[in-house]
Amino acid sequence: MKVGIVQFPGTNCEYDTQHAFAALGCETQILWHKEDTIPDGTDLVVVAGGFSYGDYLRSGAIAKMSPIMKALKIYADNGGKVLGICNGFQVLTETGLLPGALKRNEGLHFISRHHHLKVVNNDNDFLRHCKVDQVVNIPIAHHDGNFYIDENGLQELYAHNQVLLQYTDASGNIDNPNGSVDSIAGICNKAKNVFGLMPHPERAMESLLGSNDGRAMLEGFINA
Amino acid sequence: MMKAIVNVFLKNGVLDSQGKAVHHALSGHGFGSVSDVRVGKQIIIEMNESDEAAAKEKVAHMCEELLANTVIEDYEIEIQA
Repeated sequence: MKVGIVQFPGTNCEYDTQHAFAALGCETQILWHKEDTIPDGTDLVVVAGGFSYGDYLRSGAIAKMSPIMKALKIYADNGGKVLGICNGFQVLTETGLLPGALKRNEGLHFISRHHHLKVVNNDNDFLRHCKVDQVVNIPIAHHDGNFYIDENGLQELYAHNQVLLQYTDASGNIDNPNGSVDSIAGICNKAKNVFGLMPHPERAMESLLGSNDGRAMLEGFINA
Repeated sequence: MMKAIVNVFLKNGVLDSQGKAVHHALSGHGFGSVSDVRVGKQIIIEMNESDEAAAKEKVAHMCEELLANTVIEDYEIEIQA
């Protein structure tokens, strides 16, 4: 399994992501934003978290103009699997590979803590090892994680099982930290090959560090 | 030379949390007559263009491509010759 990890100026989760996938036995490669092709044989491209271009203009807005994003769009359009984590999710919505947008958190604060999430749909590669309604504990760390989509778009997401995760408490009751529509923490595209979420599964790989719930999620991509 | 002034604001119906917070702060400081506040951004672009309509069309393209996220934002363009 070969995983490419996109790196923009200001990305800061690429090595955590690399460590996480290496721990799962994957071959990994960092892809600098000026690359204009995705290497042959790449099974998954991760757009890692951080603050690409300092979040200037809007989170993910400048990153979407990079050569690697044009290549990534072609890769995704041909069925290649893409995972955007945190800033990566913002980049994917800005690029139009995922619907909706990420706004400033409703409370205006940067939020950095563990948060519970409920699995909404598992008929996809990412969450196939999780159960529907299962509650996982994954760190969040963002300023612009307030997922917005209009009413029609929201109905589309539900109609095609594209809502992946919702923010909840430990019992699975909705607990919305940032004002996201329907407390949505992660979604996928209709074809179910592009995934995005604000929480950081790559930071939940060791129970010694608080949680290893991210492991089963990332393992979903292996041998999928 | 031409100057384009682009104002970008959240669409009506998309909650402007910053505007609400500024409104709350102003009200708390005795500015009781304030009925609404919106926070947006202004982008000023200098261009080597001579035709006003052509300049405006280019700036509109820039807004659609990069300067605004039209899922959540509206933009207005003013050209100063």
